[in-house]
Amino acid sequence: MELTINGETRRIDSEPDTPLLWVIRDEIGLTGVKYGCGVAQCGACTVLVDGVATRSCVTSVASVEGASVTTIEAVEEDEVGRRVVAAWVAEQTPQCGYCQSGQVMAATALLKETPKPNDEEIAAAMTNLCRCGTYNAIAAAVRRAAAQG
Amino acid sequence: MNDLDPRAFDLPASGAPVNLSRRGFLGASLGALVLGVSLPVKVSRAQEAAAKVVPGTRFPAFLEINPDGSVLFRSPFMEGGQGVHTAFAQIIGEELDVDPARFTVEAAPPGPDYLVVMGMMRITGGSFSVRSSYQTMRKLGASGRMMLLQAAAQKLDAPLEELTTEPGEVVHAASGRRVPYGEIAAEAAALPIPEEAPLRDASDFRWIGKPVARLDAHDKSTGKAVYGIDLKVEGMLQAAVVHAPRRGQEPGEIANLTEVEAMPGVVSVHALPGAVAVVADRWWRARRAVESLEVSWKEPEADATNVMPADFSSEGFKQQLIETPGPGLVAENHGEAATALEKAPKKLEAVYDAPFLAHGQLEPPSALARWNEDGTLDLWTPNQAPEMYQAAVAAENDLKPEQVRIHSPLLGGFFGRHFLYHGASPYPQAIALAKATGRPVKVIWTREEEFLRDAFRPLAVARFRAGLDAEGLPEAFFAEALGEGPTGRWFGRKPEDPDPSAVEGIADKPYAIAHRRVEHVVVPIPAMIGWWRSVGHSMNDFFYEAFFDEMAAAGGHDPYELRLKLLADKPRHKALLEAVGELSGGWKRGPFTAEDGTRRARGVAMASPFGSEVATIAEVSLKDGEAVVHDVWVAIDPGSIVNPAIIEAQVNSAVALGLSSALLEEVVYTDGEPEARNFDAYPILPPEKMPRVHVRILESGAPMGGVGEPGLPGVPPAVVNAVAVLTGERIRSLPLSKFDLTEGGA
Repeated sequence: MELTINGETRRIDSEPDTPLLWVIRDEIGLTGVKYGCGVAQCGACTVLVDGVATRSCVTSVASVEGASVTTIEAVEEDEVGRRVVAAWVAEQTPQCGYCQSGQVMAATALLKETPKPNDEEIAAAMTNLCRCGTYNAIAAAVRRAAAQG
Repeated sequence: MNDLDPRAFDLPASGAPVNLSRRGFLGASLGALVLGVSLPVKVSRAQEAAAKVVPGTRFPAFLEINPDGSVLFRSPFMEGGQGVHTAFAQIIGEELDVDPARFTVEAAPPGPDYLVVMGMMRITGGSFSVRSSYQTMRKLGASGRMMLLQAAAQKLDAPLEELTTEPGEVVHAASGRRVPYGEIAAEAAALPIPEEAPLRDASDFRWIGKPVARLDAHDKSTGKAVYGIDLKVEGMLQAAVVHAPRRGQEPGEIANLTEVEAMPGVVSVHALPGAVAVVADRWWRARRAVESLEVSWKEPEADATNVMPADFSSEGFKQQLIETPGPGLVAENHGEAATALEKAPKKLEAVYDAPFLAHGQLEPPSALARWNEDGTLDLWTPNQAPEMYQAAVAAENDLKPEQVRIHSPLLGGFFGRHFLYHGASPYPQAIALAKATGRPVKVIWTREEEFLRDAFRPLAVARFRAGLDAEGLPEAFFAEALGEGPTGRWFGRKPEDPDPSAVEGIADKPYAIAHRRVEHVVVPIPAMIGWWRSVGHSMNDFFYEAFFDEMAAAGGHDPYELRLKLLADKPRHKALLEAVGELSGGWKRGPFTAEDGTRRARGVAMASPFGSEVATIAEVSLKDGEAVVHDVWVAIDPGSIVNPAIIEAQVNSAVALGLSSALLEEVVYTDGEPEARNFDAYPILPPEKMPRVHVRILESGAPMGGVGEPGLPGVPPAVVNAVAVLTGERIRSLPLSKFDLTEGGA
């Protein structure tokens, strides 16, 4: 099976039902994407699958064959992603930082789809959990990135 | 409580003998720390070899200045979001004269140089890092600067008195010559520690007290930050475990062993103490295999220690606490509370409770162990106390401490999770599996295993009685805190002394009540308990400050005005209460109708946690039977500060966790097992429930207090007090999600 990740096509030997998260972390070796709960509750594992924010812990690798997967490692290669990261730094958003890869990917997906989201659209898209409670800084960073787009 | 009082960090008072034998499972592993805490004049055996080192003084142990002028700081404290690595770059940079942005900070290895807390120990906790080491680290930076000046004097052949520094370089104004730090770092590091090195005057601070940017923001926004769970070493295998449902049970027969051994990637299957493990080439393969095992769990042997009873339930234990009679151990006693209570013209009483809570740090626990050919052991695992882990690992594996290298990664949240709690860390499993397989092994716990083996915030009950005088003012107060605190559990407690972590937030409140008595009724908790952000304050300030509103209501007083009245002789607290009132636009209790048509009310609470003082106001409405928190205003006085931006962020964070505990969180045990095993059944605060948070920082000049935890304790009572205004009924149990909240009263 082949997987296209960050623009590169790789042969994969994991079992087809292996979660995409663990293929990325253990077989491909990109560890920016995080395991938090494994049941699509927290969103720390968020990656983009054909541009759509996807919780990779419950997404089998077989189900994304032929799709284009983007991880946090490539986020700054994208103009919107770069803007999101800059806003994240400007708002000093991360604390422990463990959830922030997923948060940045969710924000990037939102702004690529909806460049000028209103507060309801931000709330609807930014549902990942943060145990440090950086939610206000996250919302401010999304608004900042949108304003600068 | 202030920075040099061990109680500020929730340690037993100096000199407390520690009864280790009461809990066999403590064994020798905590001995070094306990001795260090209890016998400050002597040194523990583990520290004996290092007795000549004065912690926090040897510049080269902490700092490396690179040829390009950038600085590596080996931090005694772990970074887990609270911003300490940035704060220490500010503090040291200020005195060393290096821009904090030029710093890289990593956790120091175990070693005598790093025992900087009270000059004898090292932990990251108790909101203690900056306040315990502010002066030590300033002096360290100043020493470094002096050594650089001395090295520059030699190099330039100029008198020391003619040299000054500017950020990153020594300047000889008379000749116009400049020497970058990077060019003289090696010579400077070889010099003896200067006996005197002047500290910068506070009025000249460039970075201390300023909102300096965090050093880790970009790495943490781009996935580059590396946590323990991400680590790999050459030849590493990965392991997943399944624990026995109850502590004390042991693995018996495995029905399908052969089948599981043949699953993809599986290297080996192991029975471990209280658990089974599968080692595989990749973690998911290990997890799939271990969760396929059909294990018969054996009931504990009769002499087993540390056993979870099969019939334990949180509800049953709560009832047990409620029914346990006093008297307890006296934690506070002023006047004649019993007599005054009897005589008081008006009396009230109430019983409060709060549940077990999970830490819920988003990074599940992991540990990576490697046995080396020379018999030494490397261990990478999240921890808040590397020397304690080193001592424990050495004792458990028949090694000398110096044969154990502890590597302390960034923490993906901690909140008290990563102290040494019996059976609550994967590190013994990683060590055992690495030994058994002859390969480095990384163990990662699933979220489900984490919920099964976390050391929870204790469930607790408080009983209150109060007597009011003819004007409705409290004159007699009697409280009993029932249960067990983590500090007594893990650091020991004199039989006749209350556990400070069980009574903090109820004892020593600042209000002028003439007769008051607080007792700790000790009831051991069968569940594993640990420190949770703001520890005893996390529940006790809820109990006290909510009951305070009951006293106010019974006496016909407004709760904000009554607090002001009873703090009339406490200028620091009064200023804080007035500040939060002003920050919120002036105290108004409600109910009132907001612009969006919702009916709202406000609640107020005070707390004195970890050397800081805090006043909190929350604005609440009710919707579909639930509390909606719109705004939280927090005035915090940590005495003096290092980074106001980080403090504001920490207050936001503490508000989120405090609100999460008030609204949603509860670990429920039935039949000896926690019911919830993931965030679906144990909800934590989601983004849509995050209120606006408004912070005002006051610097009273009092001894420096903590920052990471103090924002939390005022939130649950402020919210519950506001809810009571709307419902007309007093809720005395958390979380609020257990109740159907509807507006009542007039």
